Amino acid sequence: MMIKKRALKNPPFQYLDHPADAKFQAFGETFEEAFAHAALAVVSLMWEPEKIIKRQRRTVLVQGKDLEQLLFKFLSEILYLYEAKGFLLASARDLKIIKHENGYSLEAVLEGDNLSSNYTIFGEVKAITYHDMIIRKNDEVLIQVVVDM
Amino acid sequence: MELKKINDYTWEIPKEGMMRVPAIIYASEKLLDTVKKDQTLQQAKNVACLPGIQRYSYVMPDGHQGYGFPIGGVAAFDLDEGIISPGGVGYDINCGVRLLRTNYREKEIIAKRRELLAEIFKEVPAGVGKGGITKLSRNVLLEILVKGAEWAVENGYGTKEDLMLTEENGRMKDADPSYLSSRALERGIPQLGTLGSGNHFLEIQKVEKIYNREIAKVFGIDEEGQILVMIHCGSRGLGHQVATDFIELMENKIGHKGLPDRELINAPIKSPLGQQYYKSMCAAVNYAFANRQMIAHWVRDVFAKVLGSSVGMRQIYDVCHNVAKIEKHKIDGKEKLVCIHRKGATRSFGPGRPEIPEIYRPYGQPVIIPGSMGTASYILVGTKEAEELSFSSTAHGAGRVMSRNEALRRFRGEQIRDQLLAKGIELQSTSLKGVAEEASAAYKDVDEVVRTSHEVGIGRLVAKVVPVGVMKG
Repeated sequence: MMIKKRALKNPPFQYLDHPADAKFQAFGETFEEAFAHAALAVVSLMWEPEKIIKRQRRTVLVQGKDLEQLLFKFLSEILYLYEAKGFLLASARDLKIIKHENGYSLEAVLEGDNLSSNYTIFGEVKAITYHDMIIRKNDEVLIQVVVDM
Repeated sequence: MELKKINDYTWEIPKEGMMRVPAIIYASEKLLDTVKKDQTLQQAKNVACLPGIQRYSYVMPDGHQGYGFPIGGVAAFDLDEGIISPGGVGYDINCGVRLLRTNYREKEIIAKRRELLAEIFKEVPAGVGKGGITKLSRNVLLEILVKGAEWAVENGYGTKEDLMLTEENGRMKDADPSYLSSRALERGIPQLGTLGSGNHFLEIQKVEKIYNREIAKVFGIDEEGQILVMIHCGSRGLGHQVATDFIELMENKIGHKGLPDRELINAPIKSPLGQQYYKSMCAAVNYAFANRQMIAHWVRDVFAKVLGSSVGMRQIYDVCHNVAKIEKHKIDGKEKLVCIHRKGATRSFGPGRPEIPEIYRPYGQPVIIPGSMGTASYILVGTKEAEELSFSSTAHGAGRVMSRNEALRRFRGEQIRDQLLAKGIELQSTSLKGVAEEASAAYKDVDEVVRTSHEVGIGRLVAKVVPVGVMKG
């Protein structure tokens, strides 16, 4: 993993069994770290992010009325950048989540490369869903997402 | 949860709590055992809680756990009181199946099937579209979203006859692309004319068994050993983005308070937002029709090039698996228009319905049920009884029972490829990992699914086909 290994109790993310689609949990000390790990969990269903050269940088800004919508939109953005712009994510860094009066905003720098025949794409995530979505902070942050494949 | 046995293939969850209607599950004992292990039944109950739902919340024989609606879920909503739900259609709007017949017999193509498949693999892109098409202007895309497969035929992909043999004639007339976000359009442009990956595939098949010769003949299936081509794909990223966008719009405008699952977010059908979703969904349906129309055209080209002719490669039919439609049904003895959501289900109109092609009208609509990769697929015919039993719907496939995760732990792509080859099935795929995820052992037994459909009477057996060549995106 490209992610800095810290003393997390859990791995950055792990897949759980779901009969039709894919379900994962991502962990982090902060919401920001867990969101970044969730992004890696999504793209790891399609390519190996550690194999993507960090040649391109993109800044994204999304807003959500609650943390769930913020996560839904952040992860949907990564799918959009892949399909519309051919951008393969290697990692998400410098995440900043800010709480506003009417919800949240998230800013992040995405590093990766343009789609080319150098890379193997082995799967397709169609969309992010809210089904069984969990975002919880106890001693660390847990995120759970089901994606449509 | 109480589950009442109605007969050997029909089970009812009586109304309780917030449910507005009971739920009906069509399953053999064997299928029911797998359904009980996941959230399918709870999801069927959740759908039964939605405003304006009519008669029952149904689960087809291939039902399994989805997100929001179960896969295999069918529900009809009153046009005044009811709702429309992007999650009840699914992200892959008009994921569907097109089936072509040929004049070829197995022995005529068997020596060339590897070449056929390699050419198809070259001509039909899996991920990003062919050069030229990928540079479509936005205006052309908007035209495609309005005209669907008609646009494709006007531009040299296939024939007018194909349109007559496509659900909705390949064009939902209520489409209005002006409500689509630019992101949806941006995702649509590079992917037009592509198969996609995951469970999507293209198969060269042979007819293995005919159950009903009279109807098979009408559909264009003459005898065992005849070669057919099946194309399974949908509206690609454009459809996924339409669903994603409207889920957010509905959340912001209406909210998800009181819903048993946030993914069941919806809007009243009559509301401006409900109408905008419906018209956008129709546009995505049209994109998928155009997509399959183009792919079918390339397949015919490949057959002509490799085998010398594509004469007789008539379309049998093209069906939607993920869609919401306004249809007339009899409810409490009165005919009325309702909004039917089919989430992983096939329409199965019986004889006489005006929506089905004239040549099939005396018999019923062809229902195409793809199996999992490398297993049998089936052609059924819609029935009159299905109107009463399931708002004219039946199963759409095998239905997964094993997670992709577990499939990856258990199987290796190379091993599955070799096993298929040993059975005489050629496989071409962009990724062997994807092959392992789609291993047929990760799916329910499609034979049991179609047998149940036949016994219940919501779609009756016509023919069984098996693959000789598989392209998996």
